[in-house]
Amino acid sequence: MIPTSWYLFVAAALFCLGLYGVLARKNAIAILMGVELMLNAVNINLIVFWRYWGAKEVAGPAFVIIVLAAAAAEVAVGLALIISAYRRRHTIAADEIDALKG
Amino acid sequence: MNFLQVVFILTSAVTLGAAVMVVTSHRMIRAALWLVLALFGVAILFALLQAGFFAVVQVVVYIGAIAILVIFAVMLTRHAMQDEGAQVNRGWWAAVLVALGTFAGLAFLLLNWAGIGSSLGELSADEARKLIPQMGQALVSADAYVLPFEVASVLLLAALIGAIYIAREKNPQV
Repeated sequence: MIPTSWYLFVAAALFCLGLYGVLARKNAIAILMGVELMLNAVNINLIVFWRYWGAKEVAGPAFVIIVLAAAAAEVAVGLALIISAYRRRHTIAADEIDALKG
Repeated sequence: MNFLQVVFILTSAVTLGAAVMVVTSHRMIRAALWLVLALFGVAILFALLQAGFFAVVQVVVYIGAIAILVIFAVMLTRHAMQDEGAQVNRGWWAAVLVALGTFAGLAFLLLNWAGIGSSLGELSADEARKLIPQMGQALVSADAYVLPFEVASVLLLAALIGAIYIAREKNPQV
């Protein structure tokens, strides 16, 4: 019997670590890794609440599947963009990719 | 404190420690390998939640596909950022403040939540087994989640084609 709150606090801590990574890191790939950590924290929460409500409804698990698909799509396109930017500008520092800056 | 609680505490300590290394490590390849460890810890948490299907999916999709893609991207762009230089923005302390503030807010919400004292009981083996057929039917039945499911498949297809198009080596003659 593991208390519900333990899972939720671990997920919250994981989310905040990912948030720090997204906000603070310069490297675009590191930012993507932070996003992955945040998505994982969300998935933990979805499964915990699915269990909390008695594991009857499948809405939580179905949402986890959609989140996984979105994460896979996001990583594929994100890394392709990073590699393309690297080819053209030889940098993957997020603050140096500023071609759209006004 | 029983055995599962000890496993939970060890797993979450390793997961959070690995996550700290992911966001602080100076060498990107090490950050990517720490990410694999953190994702594996999350898979163990899914197993502890008796969602064995998601533990397997976590290993196959996150570690098998996403982490490997990240490692490839790190290796392809290795010389872009010297690993020795500063890896964080000038305003990193503000990021620390935002992250700590978010955690404080989430902790406040959780502590005020009515179900905070509850524990997750054990699912019987039958209940745990029912998840996969139930979910499989829900994903393709018209009165459940067939629309999100189809949208997700179109999203994956679009991402596949988009990734190939964006990352393709452009031939200057064409």
